Parts: sequence; structure tokens; C-alpha cells
Amino acid sequence: MHKYANPTVFMRLANAVLPWAAGACVLLFAVAIPLALYASPADYQQGDTVRIMYIHVPAAILGEMVYGLMAAASATYLIWRHQLAALIARAAAPIGAIFTALCLITGMLWGQPMWGTFWVWDARLTSMLLLLFLYVGYLALGDAFEDQERGEKAAAVLALVGSVNIPIIIFSVEWWNTLHQGSIFKMNGEGMKVTVSPEMLAPLFTMMGAYVAFFVTILVLRMRIEILNAKIRNARITQAAAPMVATQAAQAR
Amino acid sequence: MDRFFAMGGYAQYVWPSYALALVAFVGILVVTRSTLKKREAEFERLKRERQDG
Repeated sequence: MHKYANPTVFMRLANAVLPWAAGACVLLFAVAIPLALYASPADYQQGDTVRIMYIHVPAAILGEMVYGLMAAASATYLIWRHQLAALIARAAAPIGAIFTALCLITGMLWGQPMWGTFWVWDARLTSMLLLLFLYVGYLALGDAFEDQERGEKAAAVLALVGSVNIPIIIFSVEWWNTLHQGSIFKMNGEGMKVTVSPEMLAPLFTMMGAYVAFFVTILVLRMRIEILNAKIRNARITQAAAPMVATQAAQAR
Repeated sequence: MDRFFAMGGYAQYVWPSYALALVAFVGILVVTRSTLKKREAEFERLKRERQDG
């Protein structure tokens, strides 16, 4: 397992996964979009606005999952100093931010016709907005220091501290009164209970799969960018140091 | 066909949601790919400079 902590080995694996993830993404979207917009039924209460769910719910779940991945990678980086972990976290953050923003805006577009308002400051919506701010803060903090490593560490600490928000988002609809509807999957004494009709689950799951495949595709590409950034930094440092070393050598002579 | 586009009277909420998702996903894909290309070119340039110098 440890050999995958080596960036070269890991990237070889990641590059092998890339075409499959990209292919799966295209295929799953090609199935999910017609299912979501046409083949699935309108809701008996919410009418056709329920179709926003197929964009909104996977965006919410991915926004939270990507943050979880980012926080776990940040912890790995802070504890074991794995550069690969820092790289994964930094590559994942902008994608997670996009999912979260998409979730918030589609939520508003769903809220207006169903609740009569674009926004309420209740626990679910506010904690999701906080998630977006955490992503933005993480990205800003990572670039805020002259010293690359200090920025990375500060951002990693923020990612870890912010992870307390994830359970708050998930359980907010149960802990507090809210306009937001409850979870689609509910755990009770007998196990998991699904609260939407099977005809709506098919588009939801295929869309979920498409989002995951999309995330993996972009993640691998962004990891390549992060690796190149590190290589460019190193090349610049040696390049800047080279004439200095030459002068020192000349003076010593 | 008109009924499909009308989305049961909720067209102005449903279609922007899907359009936004499309813009977001295509946007991040395009930005990511162009950044990757730029970084690749920059790294190649630095490598060449080092070999020349």
C-alpha cells in the first residue's frame, strides 16, 4: 500500500484510470440527462421542479464528499508529511467548490417555486454556504504566503477545522426545524429507508455516478497541474541559485 | 415538444438549473485543460533553458 504514496507510482495509476473515468462520465451523463428531464415522472406535489433534484442532490453530496476527502488528505499531510496528500487536497478543492456553488444556486432555483423564497437562513442552507466559504478560504489561504509550504500547512489546518461542518450539514435537517426536505435515505431501526420512488432513483443514481466520474477526471488533470507547478518551482529555484553559486565559486577563487 | 420545454410551468427554474450545471462543468474542464497545457509548455521551456545554459 505504501508504494502508492510515491507520486510517480500514484500518477501512473491515476493516468491509467483517466480514460475510463472520462468515458464513464460521458456515458453516464448521456443516460442520466434524458432520464432526468424526460423519462422520469413529475412529482405529485412538486411537479416538474423535482427535476432540479437530479442536479442539486448529487452536487450537494459531492460537495460534502470532496470536502471529506480534502480534510482526510490534509490530515495525512499534516501528520505524515506526505506531499502526495497535499497535492490531492489542493487539486480537489476547486472542484468541490464548484459542486457546492452549483448546489446552492440550484437550491435557490428550486426553493423559489416550492417554498416561495430563494433563501432562508436555516441550518441546512447556512451550513452549506459555510462549506462554500471554507472552500474559498482554503484556496485563498494556500496562495496567501510567500513560502509555499507555510501556505499549504495553514490551508490544511483550515480544512481540518472546517470538517466539523460536514456532520452539521448532514444532520441539520433532523436537528433543527427547516424548510428543507429530509434526507432521501433515512436510517431507522430496521436499516436504510429510501424516501423517493424507484423511478426517480434511476436518474438520481446515474447522475450521481456521472458526477463522481467527472470529479475523478478533473481531479487527475488537476493533480498533473499541481505536480507541474512543483516541478516548475523547483526548476526556478535551482535556476535562480545557479548564478549565485557561480559567483561564490569565482570569489572563492 | 412544447410541453416538454414548458416543464409544467416551471421552465424558468428547471432549465437554468441544467444550463448552470452545463456551464459549470464545461467551464472547469476548459480552464483545467488550458492551465495544464500552459504549465506543460512552461516546464518544457524551463527544461530547455537549463540544458542551453
